[in-house]
Amino acid sequence: MTNKIKVATTSLAGCFGCHMSFLDIDERIVALAEVAEFDRSPITDIEHCGPCDIGLIEGGVCNSENVHVLREFRKNCKILVAVGACAINGGLPAMRNYVNLEDCLLEAYRDGIGVENAQIPSDPELPLLLDKVHPIHEIVKVDYFMPGCPPSADVFWTFLTALVEGREPALPYELVHYD
Amino acid sequence: MTGTINLDGQTIPFTEGQTIIEAATAAGVYIPHLCHKPGYTPHGSCKLCTVKVNGRNCSACTFPAADGQTVISNNDELAHDRRRITQMLFVEGNHFCPSCEKSGNCQLQGVAYHLQMYDNHFPHFFALREVDASHPDILIDHNRCIFCNLCVRASQEKDGKNVFGIAGRGINKRLVINSPSGQLKDSDIAVDDCAAHICPTGAILIKRTGFQVPIGQRIYDHKQISEVALAAEGGSCSRPAAALAPSQEVAHDK
Repeated sequence: MTNKIKVATTSLAGCFGCHMSFLDIDERIVALAEVAEFDRSPITDIEHCGPCDIGLIEGGVCNSENVHVLREFRKNCKILVAVGACAINGGLPAMRNYVNLEDCLLEAYRDGIGVENAQIPSDPELPLLLDKVHPIHEIVKVDYFMPGCPPSADVFWTFLTALVEGREPALPYELVHYD
Repeated sequence: MTGTINLDGQTIPFTEGQTIIEAATAAGVYIPHLCHKPGYTPHGSCKLCTVKVNGRNCSACTFPAADGQTVISNNDELAHDRRRITQMLFVEGNHFCPSCEKSGNCQLQGVAYHLQMYDNHFPHFFALREVDASHPDILIDHNRCIFCNLCVRASQEKDGKNVFGIAGRGINKRLVINSPSGQLKDSDIAVDDCAAHICPTGAILIKRTGFQVPIGQRIYDHKQISEVALAAEGGSCSRPAAALAPSQEVAHDK
Protein backbone atom coordinates (compact mmCIF):
# COMPACT_ATOMS: atom_id res chain seq x y z
CA MET A 1 0.00 0.00 0.00
CA THR A 2 1.10 3.52 -0.69
CA ASN A 3 0.18 6.73 1.02
CA LYS A 4 0.55 8.71 -2.16
CA ILE A 5 -2.26 10.93 -3.42
CA LYS A 6 -3.95 9.34 -6.42
CA VAL A 7 -4.51 11.58 -9.42
CA ALA A 8 -6.47 10.70 -12.54
CA THR A 9 -6.70 12.87 -15.65
CA THR A 10 -8.57 12.65 -18.92
CA SER A 11 -9.46 14.71 -21.95
CA LEU A 12 -13.08 14.80 -23.14
CA ALA A 13 -13.88 17.19 -26.01
CA GLY A 14 -10.59 19.02 -25.77
CA CYS A 15 -7.31 19.30 -27.61
CA PHE A 16 -4.97 17.89 -24.92
CA GLY A 17 -3.44 21.36 -24.64
CA CYS A 18 -4.26 21.42 -20.94
CA HIS A 19 -2.36 18.16 -20.48
CA MET A 20 0.57 19.64 -22.38
CA SER A 21 0.46 22.67 -20.11
CA PHE A 22 0.40 20.35 -17.08
CA LEU A 23 3.62 18.77 -18.34
CA ASP A 24 5.12 22.27 -18.46
CA ILE A 25 5.56 22.08 -14.69
CA ASP A 26 8.84 20.55 -15.88
CA GLU A 27 11.15 19.28 -13.14
CA ARG A 28 8.53 20.02 -10.50
CA ILE A 29 6.88 16.80 -11.68
CA VAL A 30 9.58 14.96 -9.70
CA ALA A 31 8.42 16.64 -6.49
CA LEU A 32 4.84 15.85 -7.46
CA ALA A 33 5.70 12.20 -8.11
CA GLU A 34 7.01 11.92 -4.58
CA VAL A 35 3.59 12.63 -3.13
CA ALA A 36 1.25 11.62 -5.95
CA GLU A 37 0.77 8.73 -8.35
CA PHE A 38 -1.24 8.63 -11.53
CA ASP A 39 -4.27 6.44 -12.03
CA ARG A 40 -5.94 6.80 -15.43
CA SER A 41 -4.07 9.41 -17.47
CA PRO A 42 -2.29 9.64 -20.83
CA ILE A 43 0.93 8.41 -19.19
CA THR A 44 -0.58 5.19 -17.84
CA ASP A 45 -2.35 2.39 -19.66
CA ILE A 46 -5.39 2.30 -17.40
CA GLU A 47 -8.74 2.20 -19.16
CA HIS A 48 -11.03 2.92 -16.22
CA CYS A 49 -10.08 5.03 -13.24
CA GLY A 50 -10.32 3.53 -9.79
CA PRO A 51 -10.87 5.34 -6.50
CA CYS A 52 -8.82 8.55 -6.63
CA ASP A 53 -8.23 11.65 -4.58
CA ILE A 54 -8.11 14.15 -7.44
CA GLY A 55 -9.58 13.94 -10.93
CA LEU A 56 -8.56 16.49 -13.54
CA ILE A 57 -10.97 16.83 -16.46
CA GLU A 58 -9.98 18.66 -19.61
CA GLY A 59 -12.50 19.32 -22.39
CA GLY A 60 -16.24 19.62 -22.63
CA VAL A 61 -18.87 16.95 -23.15
CA CYS A 62 -19.71 16.29 -26.81
CA ASN A 63 -20.63 12.61 -27.01
CA SER A 64 -22.02 9.67 -25.05
CA GLU A 65 -18.58 8.35 -24.12
CA ASN A 66 -17.65 11.72 -22.61
CA VAL A 67 -20.73 11.44 -20.38
CA HIS A 68 -19.74 7.92 -19.21
CA VAL A 69 -16.12 8.88 -18.55
CA LEU A 70 -17.14 12.03 -16.71
CA ARG A 71 -19.61 10.15 -14.51
CA GLU A 72 -16.98 7.49 -13.79
CA PHE A 73 -14.54 10.18 -12.71
CA ARG A 74 -17.14 11.84 -10.53
CA LYS A 75 -18.00 8.53 -8.90
CA ASN A 76 -14.37 7.67 -8.18
CA CYS A 77 -12.71 11.02 -7.44
CA LYS A 78 -13.03 12.74 -4.11
CA ILE A 79 -12.16 16.08 -5.72
CA LEU A 80 -13.11 16.77 -9.32
CA VAL A 81 -11.43 19.70 -11.09
CA ALA A 82 -12.61 21.27 -14.36
CA VAL A 83 -9.43 22.15 -16.22
CA GLY A 84 -9.44 24.82 -18.90
CA ALA A 85 -11.95 26.76 -20.96
CA CYS A 86 -13.56 23.74 -22.69
CA ALA A 87 -14.39 22.01 -19.41
CA ILE A 88 -15.63 25.27 -17.91
CA ASN A 89 -17.73 26.73 -20.75
CA GLY A 90 -17.52 24.28 -23.65
CA GLY A 91 -14.69 26.26 -25.22
CA LEU A 92 -14.05 26.20 -28.94
CA PRO A 93 -15.74 22.78 -29.45
CA ALA A 94 -18.97 24.43 -28.24
CA MET A 95 -18.85 26.71 -31.25
CA ARG A 96 -20.53 23.87 -33.12
CA ASN A 97 -23.59 24.50 -30.93
CA TYR A 98 -24.71 27.13 -33.43
CA VAL A 99 -24.79 24.63 -36.28
CA ASN A 100 -27.48 22.00 -36.67
CA LEU A 101 -25.87 18.64 -35.88
CA GLU A 102 -26.98 17.04 -39.16
CA ASP A 103 -25.63 20.00 -41.14
CA CYS A 104 -22.40 19.74 -39.18
CA LEU A 105 -21.95 16.05 -40.05
CA LEU A 106 -22.90 16.58 -43.69
CA GLU A 107 -20.41 19.42 -44.05
CA ALA A 108 -17.63 17.44 -42.41
CA TYR A 109 -18.16 14.04 -44.06
CA ARG A 110 -20.16 14.55 -47.26
CA ASP A 111 -20.36 18.07 -48.61
CA GLY A 112 -17.10 19.66 -47.48
CA ILE A 113 -14.42 20.64 -49.97
CA GLY A 114 -12.00 17.79 -50.68
CA VAL A 115 -14.14 15.05 -49.12
CA GLU A 116 -13.60 11.68 -50.83
CA ASN A 117 -15.67 8.49 -50.36
CA ALA A 118 -18.30 10.61 -48.66
CA GLN A 119 -20.05 8.80 -45.83
CA ILE A 120 -21.13 9.73 -42.35
CA PRO A 121 -19.30 7.41 -39.90
CA SER A 122 -21.76 4.96 -38.38
CA ASP A 123 -19.62 2.24 -36.77
CA PRO A 124 -21.46 1.00 -33.67
CA GLU A 125 -18.28 1.44 -31.63
CA LEU A 126 -18.30 5.17 -32.27
CA PRO A 127 -19.89 7.14 -29.45
CA LEU A 128 -23.01 9.03 -30.38
CA LEU A 129 -22.63 12.77 -30.69
CA LEU A 130 -24.71 14.93 -28.41
CA ASP A 131 -26.81 17.66 -29.96
CA LYS A 132 -24.71 20.26 -28.14
CA VAL A 133 -21.31 20.47 -26.47
CA HIS A 134 -21.71 21.10 -22.74
CA PRO A 135 -19.39 22.30 -19.98
CA ILE A 136 -18.85 19.55 -17.44
CA HIS A 137 -20.61 21.31 -14.56
CA GLU A 138 -23.86 20.82 -16.47
CA ILE A 139 -23.44 17.03 -16.13
CA VAL A 140 -21.80 16.43 -12.73
CA LYS A 141 -20.90 18.40 -9.62
CA VAL A 142 -17.50 20.02 -9.98
CA ASP A 143 -15.43 20.98 -6.95
CA TYR A 144 -12.86 23.33 -8.45
CA PHE A 145 -12.26 25.18 -11.70
CA MET A 146 -8.90 26.01 -13.28
CA PRO A 147 -9.50 28.75 -15.86
CA GLY A 148 -7.32 29.23 -18.92
CA CYS A 149 -6.84 28.06 -22.48
CA PRO A 150 -4.82 26.33 -21.28
CA PRO A 151 -4.24 27.07 -17.60
CA SER A 152 -0.53 27.75 -17.22
CA ALA A 153 1.82 25.26 -15.60
CA ASP A 154 1.93 27.59 -12.60
CA VAL A 155 -1.84 27.32 -12.28
CA PHE A 156 -1.57 23.51 -12.23
CA TRP A 157 1.23 23.72 -9.70
CA THR A 158 -0.58 26.22 -7.46
CA PHE A 159 -3.80 24.21 -7.51
CA LEU A 160 -2.26 20.78 -7.05
CA THR A 161 0.15 21.73 -4.29
CA ALA A 162 -2.72 23.33 -2.39
CA LEU A 163 -4.98 20.28 -2.83
CA VAL A 164 -2.20 17.83 -1.93
CA GLU A 165 -1.45 19.84 1.21
CA GLY A 166 -5.13 20.02 2.09
CA ARG A 167 -5.35 23.77 1.56
CA GLU A 168 -8.06 25.65 -0.28
CA PRO A 169 -6.65 26.55 -3.73
CA ALA A 170 -6.47 30.26 -4.55
CA LEU A 171 -4.91 31.89 -7.57
CA PRO A 172 -3.00 35.19 -7.47
CA TYR A 173 -4.32 37.77 -9.98
CA GLU A 174 -1.48 37.21 -12.45
CA LEU A 175 -2.44 33.56 -12.91
CA VAL A 176 -6.14 34.11 -13.66
CA HIS A 177 -6.64 34.13 -17.44
CA TYR A 178 -9.52 32.93 -19.57
CA ASP A 179 -7.40 32.86 -22.73
CA MET B 1 -25.00 71.15 -1.31
CA THR B 2 -22.15 69.01 -0.10
CA GLY B 3 -21.95 66.43 2.62
CA THR B 4 -20.50 63.08 3.51
CA ILE B 5 -21.49 59.47 3.17
CA ASN B 6 -20.17 56.53 5.12
CA LEU B 7 -18.80 53.99 2.63
CA ASP B 8 -17.65 50.73 4.20
CA GLY B 9 -16.82 52.59 7.40
CA GLN B 10 -14.95 55.38 5.60
CA THR B 11 -16.27 58.95 5.57
CA ILE B 12 -16.38 60.21 1.98
CA PRO B 13 -17.34 63.68 0.80
CA PHE B 14 -19.70 64.30 -2.10
CA THR B 15 -20.88 67.33 -4.00
CA GLU B 16 -24.37 68.18 -5.18
CA GLY B 17 -25.54 65.90 -8.00
CA GLN B 18 -22.94 63.20 -7.51
CA THR B 19 -24.04 59.61 -7.54
CA ILE B 20 -22.64 57.15 -5.01
CA ILE B 21 -20.26 55.66 -7.58
CA GLU B 22 -18.99 59.12 -8.54
CA ALA B 23 -18.33 60.02 -4.93
CA ALA B 24 -16.63 56.68 -4.34
CA THR B 25 -14.43 56.95 -7.44
CA ALA B 26 -13.42 60.51 -6.53
CA ALA B 27 -12.37 59.19 -3.12
CA GLY B 28 -10.35 56.38 -4.71
CA VAL B 29 -12.79 53.57 -3.90
CA TYR B 30 -13.57 51.16 -6.75
CA ILE B 31 -17.08 49.80 -7.09
CA PRO B 32 -17.27 47.15 -9.86
CA HIS B 33 -19.26 48.30 -12.88
CA LEU B 34 -19.68 47.74 -16.61
CA CYS B 35 -22.49 49.97 -17.91
CA HIS B 36 -21.34 53.04 -15.99
CA LYS B 37 -18.93 55.51 -17.57
CA PRO B 38 -18.19 59.04 -16.38
CA GLY B 39 -19.65 61.64 -18.70
CA TYR B 40 -22.47 59.40 -19.91
CA THR B 41 -26.06 59.34 -18.65
CA PRO B 42 -26.31 56.58 -16.02
CA HIS B 43 -28.14 53.50 -17.26
CA GLY B 44 -28.22 51.22 -14.23
CA SER B 45 -28.57 48.06 -16.30
CA CYS B 46 -25.65 45.80 -15.40
CA LYS B 47 -26.32 45.91 -11.64
CA LEU B 48 -22.69 45.10 -10.88
CA CYS B 49 -22.40 48.28 -8.84
CA THR B 50 -25.18 47.18 -6.49
CA VAL B 51 -24.48 48.47 -2.99
CA LYS B 52 -26.49 48.52 0.19
CA VAL B 53 -27.70 52.03 0.95
CA ASN B 54 -29.15 52.29 4.44
CA GLY B 55 -29.88 48.56 4.22
CA ARG B 56 -31.46 48.52 0.76
CA ASN B 57 -29.88 47.30 -2.48
CA CYS B 58 -29.35 50.17 -4.97
CA SER B 59 -27.33 50.76 -8.13
CA ALA B 60 -24.46 53.01 -7.11
CA CYS B 61 -24.32 54.49 -10.63
CA THR B 62 -27.87 55.85 -10.47
CA PHE B 63 -28.41 56.48 -6.75
CA PRO B 64 -27.62 60.02 -5.64
CA ALA B 65 -25.29 60.48 -2.71
CA ALA B 66 -27.03 62.11 0.25
CA ASP B 67 -25.71 63.41 3.51
CA GLY B 68 -25.44 60.80 6.23
CA GLN B 69 -26.00 57.75 4.00
CA THR B 70 -24.52 54.47 5.16
CA VAL B 71 -23.29 52.57 2.10
CA ILE B 72 -21.89 49.06 2.08
CA SER B 73 -20.03 47.93 -1.04
CA ASN B 74 -17.28 45.65 0.16
CA ASN B 75 -18.68 42.59 1.88
CA ASP B 76 -18.98 38.87 1.11
CA GLU B 77 -22.67 39.01 0.25
CA LEU B 78 -22.26 41.72 -2.39
CA ALA B 79 -19.11 40.08 -3.77
CA HIS B 80 -21.10 36.86 -4.15
CA ASP B 81 -23.99 38.68 -5.86
CA ARG B 82 -21.63 40.48 -8.23
CA ARG B 83 -19.94 37.19 -9.12
CA ARG B 84 -23.33 35.63 -9.88
CA ILE B 85 -24.35 38.65 -12.00
CA THR B 86 -21.11 38.39 -13.98
CA GLN B 87 -21.60 34.66 -14.43
CA MET B 88 -25.08 35.38 -15.81
CA LEU B 89 -23.58 37.80 -18.33
CA PHE B 90 -21.18 35.08 -19.45
CA VAL B 91 -23.79 32.33 -19.87
CA GLU B 92 -26.40 34.55 -21.54
CA GLY B 93 -24.03 35.57 -24.29
CA ASN B 94 -21.39 33.50 -26.00
CA HIS B 95 -18.11 34.59 -24.48
CA PHE B 96 -15.30 32.41 -25.73
CA CYS B 97 -12.32 34.40 -24.53
CA PRO B 98 -9.63 32.31 -26.28
CA SER B 99 -11.14 33.22 -29.67
CA CYS B 100 -11.83 36.89 -28.93
CA GLU B 101 -9.54 39.69 -30.08
CA LYS B 102 -10.63 41.82 -27.12
CA SER B 103 -9.33 39.26 -24.61
CA GLY B 104 -7.04 40.92 -22.11
CA ASN B 105 -8.51 44.34 -22.91
CA CYS B 106 -12.07 43.29 -22.10
CA GLN B 107 -13.77 44.96 -19.16
CA LEU B 108 -16.19 42.06 -18.69
CA GLN B 109 -13.18 39.79 -18.35
CA GLY B 110 -11.42 42.33 -16.12
CA VAL B 111 -14.38 42.49 -13.75
CA ALA B 112 -14.60 38.69 -13.69
CA TYR B 113 -10.91 38.44 -12.84
CA HIS B 114 -11.37 41.06 -10.13
CA LEU B 115 -14.28 39.08 -8.66
CA GLN B 116 -12.20 35.88 -8.71
CA MET B 117 -14.72 34.23 -11.00
CA TYR B 118 -13.27 30.84 -11.93
CA ASP B 119 -16.42 29.27 -13.39
CA ASN B 120 -19.72 30.19 -15.01
CA HIS B 121 -21.91 28.37 -12.46
CA PHE B 122 -25.12 28.43 -14.52
CA PRO B 123 -26.10 26.28 -17.51
CA HIS B 124 -25.11 27.99 -20.73
CA PHE B 125 -27.74 29.43 -23.07
CA PHE B 126 -25.59 29.07 -26.20
CA ALA B 127 -27.95 31.62 -27.74
CA LEU B 128 -27.93 31.89 -31.51
CA ARG B 129 -26.56 35.31 -32.35
CA GLU B 130 -25.22 36.90 -35.51
CA VAL B 131 -22.03 38.60 -36.56
CA ASP B 132 -22.40 41.77 -38.62
CA ALA B 133 -19.20 42.21 -40.61
CA SER B 134 -20.87 44.30 -43.31
CA HIS B 135 -19.17 47.60 -42.47
CA PRO B 136 -15.75 48.17 -44.06
CA ASP B 137 -14.15 49.31 -40.78
CA ILE B 138 -16.28 48.09 -37.89
CA LEU B 139 -17.41 44.61 -36.86
CA ILE B 140 -20.24 43.71 -34.51
CA ASP B 141 -20.28 40.30 -32.88
CA HIS B 142 -23.65 40.11 -31.16
CA ASN B 143 -22.47 37.02 -29.28
CA ARG B 144 -20.52 39.30 -26.95
CA CYS B 145 -23.04 42.09 -26.35
CA ILE B 146 -24.02 42.54 -22.70
CA PHE B 147 -26.60 45.29 -23.40
CA CYS B 148 -24.78 47.89 -21.34
CA ASN B 149 -26.19 50.54 -23.67
CA LEU B 150 -22.88 52.40 -23.82
CA CYS B 151 -22.76 52.36 -27.65
CA VAL B 152 -26.37 53.59 -27.71
CA ARG B 153 -25.53 56.46 -25.36
CA ALA B 154 -22.26 57.24 -27.12
CA SER B 155 -23.93 57.45 -30.51
CA GLN B 156 -26.73 59.66 -29.19
CA GLU B 157 -24.89 61.79 -26.67
CA LYS B 158 -21.41 62.10 -28.16
CA ASP B 159 -21.72 61.40 -31.88
CA GLY B 160 -25.20 62.90 -32.39
CA LYS B 161 -26.12 60.02 -34.69
CA ASN B 162 -28.47 57.52 -32.97
CA VAL B 163 -26.98 54.47 -34.72
CA PHE B 164 -27.78 51.90 -32.03
CA GLY B 165 -30.77 50.81 -29.98
CA ILE B 166 -31.78 47.96 -27.68
CA ALA B 167 -34.91 46.08 -28.78
CA GLY B 168 -36.90 43.23 -27.23
CA ARG B 169 -37.07 42.05 -23.66
CA GLY B 170 -35.51 39.32 -21.57
CA ILE B 171 -33.73 36.63 -23.56
CA ASN B 172 -35.04 38.19 -26.78
CA LYS B 173 -33.25 41.46 -26.05
CA ARG B 174 -30.88 42.47 -28.82
CA LEU B 175 -28.77 45.32 -30.08
CA VAL B 176 -30.32 46.76 -33.23
CA ILE B 177 -28.84 49.04 -35.88
CA ASN B 178 -30.71 52.09 -37.08
CA SER B 179 -30.40 51.56 -40.83
CA PRO B 180 -32.81 50.53 -43.60
CA SER B 181 -31.35 47.03 -43.80
CA GLY B 182 -30.54 46.69 -40.10
CA GLN B 183 -26.92 46.21 -41.08
CA LEU B 184 -24.06 48.37 -39.93
CA LYS B 185 -22.86 49.14 -43.47
CA ASP B 186 -26.09 51.02 -44.17
CA SER B 187 -25.90 53.13 -41.00
CA ASP B 188 -24.03 56.41 -40.74
CA ILE B 189 -21.52 55.18 -38.14
CA ALA B 190 -17.91 56.14 -38.83
CA VAL B 191 -14.78 54.50 -37.53
CA ASP B 192 -13.88 57.63 -35.54
CA ASP B 193 -17.19 57.71 -33.67
CA CYS B 194 -17.17 57.24 -29.90
CA ALA B 195 -19.78 54.51 -30.34
CA ALA B 196 -17.32 52.42 -32.32
CA HIS B 197 -14.77 52.46 -29.49
CA ILE B 198 -16.69 52.37 -26.25
CA CYS B 199 -17.76 48.72 -26.08
CA PRO B 200 -16.53 47.15 -22.81
CA THR B 201 -16.51 43.68 -24.41
CA GLY B 202 -15.51 42.39 -27.83
CA ALA B 203 -18.96 43.05 -29.34
CA ILE B 204 -17.84 46.10 -31.35
CA LEU B 205 -14.37 45.81 -32.83
CA ILE B 206 -12.39 47.90 -35.28
CA LYS B 207 -11.23 45.87 -38.24
CA ARG B 208 -7.56 45.47 -39.10
CA THR B 209 -6.41 46.38 -35.57
CA GLY B 210 -6.41 42.86 -34.13
CA PHE B 211 -3.45 41.60 -32.16
CA GLN B 212 -1.48 44.87 -32.36
CA VAL B 213 -0.76 44.15 -28.73
CA PRO B 214 -0.09 40.45 -28.17
CA ILE B 215 -2.21 38.46 -25.73
CA GLY B 216 -0.36 38.39 -22.42
CA GLN B 217 0.70 42.04 -22.72
CA ARG B 218 -2.77 43.55 -22.59
CA ILE B 219 -4.30 45.74 -19.90
CA TYR B 220 -6.01 43.21 -17.64
CA ASP B 221 -3.29 40.63 -18.14
CA HIS B 222 -1.31 42.65 -15.60
CA LYS B 223 -3.47 45.33 -14.02
CA GLN B 224 -6.59 44.86 -11.95
CA ILE B 225 -9.63 46.60 -13.38
CA SER B 226 -10.00 48.44 -10.07
CA GLU B 227 -6.62 50.07 -10.62
CA VAL B 228 -7.34 50.85 -14.28
CA ALA B 229 -10.81 52.23 -13.61
CA LEU B 230 -9.74 54.47 -10.74
CA ALA B 231 -6.86 55.89 -12.79
CA ALA B 232 -9.10 56.43 -15.81
CA GLU B 233 -12.22 57.64 -14.04
CA GLY B 234 -10.73 59.34 -11.00
CA GLY B 235 -12.48 62.51 -10.05
CA SER B 236 -15.93 63.00 -11.44
CA CYS B 237 -16.59 62.77 -15.15
CA SER B 238 -12.93 63.16 -16.10
CA ARG B 239 -11.31 61.98 -19.31
CA PRO B 240 -9.69 58.53 -19.14
CA ALA B 241 -6.02 58.50 -18.23
CA ALA B 242 -3.96 57.86 -21.33
CA ALA B 243 -1.47 55.67 -19.55
CA LEU B 244 -3.99 53.06 -18.52
CA ALA B 245 -7.07 53.20 -20.70
CA PRO B 246 -7.18 51.41 -24.06
CA SER B 247 -5.55 53.82 -26.49
CA GLN B 248 -8.40 53.80 -28.98
CA GLU B 249 -10.87 54.65 -26.23
CA VAL B 250 -8.81 57.64 -25.15
CA ALA B 251 -8.34 58.87 -28.66
CA HIS B 252 -12.01 58.88 -29.43
CA ASP B 253 -13.64 59.90 -26.18
CA LYS B 254 -14.88 63.40 -26.85
